[in-house]
Amino acid sequence: MCGTCGCGQDDGIKITRPGEEQEHEHIHTHEHDHGGEKHSHAHTHTHSHENGHEHHHHHDHGHGDHHHHDHDKELILEQDILSKNNLLAERNRGYFEGRKIKAINLVSSPGSGKTTLLEKTITDMKDELDFSIIEGDQQTLNDAERIKATGAPVVQVNTGSGCHLDASMVNRALKELEPADESVLVIENVGNLVCPSMFDLGEAHRVVVISVTEGDDKPVKYPDMFRTSNICIINKTDLLPYVDFDVEKAKEYALRVNHHLEFFELSAKTGDGTSAWYDWLKKL
Amino acid sequence: MHELSIAMNIVEIVEEHSGGPDGKKISAVEIEIGDQSGVIIEALQFALEEAVKSSVMENARIMIKRIPAKCKCLSCGHEFVPEDIITPCPECGHLYADVIQGREMKIRKISFSE
Repeated sequence: MCGTCGCGQDDGIKITRPGEEQEHEHIHTHEHDHGGEKHSHAHTHTHSHENGHEHHHHHDHGHGDHHHHDHDKELILEQDILSKNNLLAERNRGYFEGRKIKAINLVSSPGSGKTTLLEKTITDMKDELDFSIIEGDQQTLNDAERIKATGAPVVQVNTGSGCHLDASMVNRALKELEPADESVLVIENVGNLVCPSMFDLGEAHRVVVISVTEGDDKPVKYPDMFRTSNICIINKTDLLPYVDFDVEKAKEYALRVNHHLEFFELSAKTGDGTSAWYDWLKKL
Repeated sequence: MHELSIAMNIVEIVEEHSGGPDGKKISAVEIEIGDQSGVIIEALQFALEEAVKSSVMENARIMIKRIPAKCKCLSCGHEFVPEDIITPCPECGHLYADVIQGREMKIRKISFSE
């Protein structure tokens, strides 16, 4: 299903190993054929309960309540709407654990420096760690080509018009990539600080990158991503003399959104501050 | 974002439990959406109107229950509804809290007509 508009066509996702490009374009068409026009309207009602309620986990799959008067049969489902993605993410997780692969989901706005950080990390650490990379972008193999130049094995996922990677795309990319046991697998997500937060890929760690050119209030403007990450990298510290970015304020905002966050402040360009990040990677 | 994709997922899950178009008729579906789930309820309602067409949910009553966010102060343990993304504890003023409620995105129950 198309992750953007939800239509049921073949999904237009491309997985490519750089150097093995397809000769023809895969075109994704949007024909919304939902089987005839019917003018019926679903009736939706919204209830809001100010005091909330406790969650009872009834995993009654198939055992409904039977009321033998006016009530309909009820099936208490308590099923997460994103369960399909989450189940596949757990399969990915099992795959990683079985092969002792340390999987990282690298997320950020476009242009924060994720790919440059990966290039620098792989180049500096290649004698100490094995890396395998999954690149995610709407189009082009540009990022995968850059990673390929470092010598690390990489595949590119092109989502077409999709705005995030999901567990299914990662699952397919893994079959192409076949990462080595005990390698550090970095999944560089599509540059987007909103949508990827909802989609578990099966990673062990989620690393959110912000650069000092993005404003120190970023964490409170995009809380979902900071809430679902466990590591926060503040990149491009070499530019601090030229921007109004208060590092302590940014960290404070981020901690108030998610007090579990661990921070690394560095410059992927100059290498300043990278040793703490490398130490963390070595300890995975 | 992705409310249409989420609406399609809801229809898919309900269809799996209905036994298909020849199976039982769905009379109602109850959905829970937390304030901090990332889903906008109005957008989901709009998306569902489209997504249920020609499906087993076409004539079902859809109820979306909004679950408010709730935080628990890391310092004094007080539970409160946050006014904003980062709200200090109204009891002790501590800045850090855990989100204990509000991230729900689930189908709570399905009702079948006889």
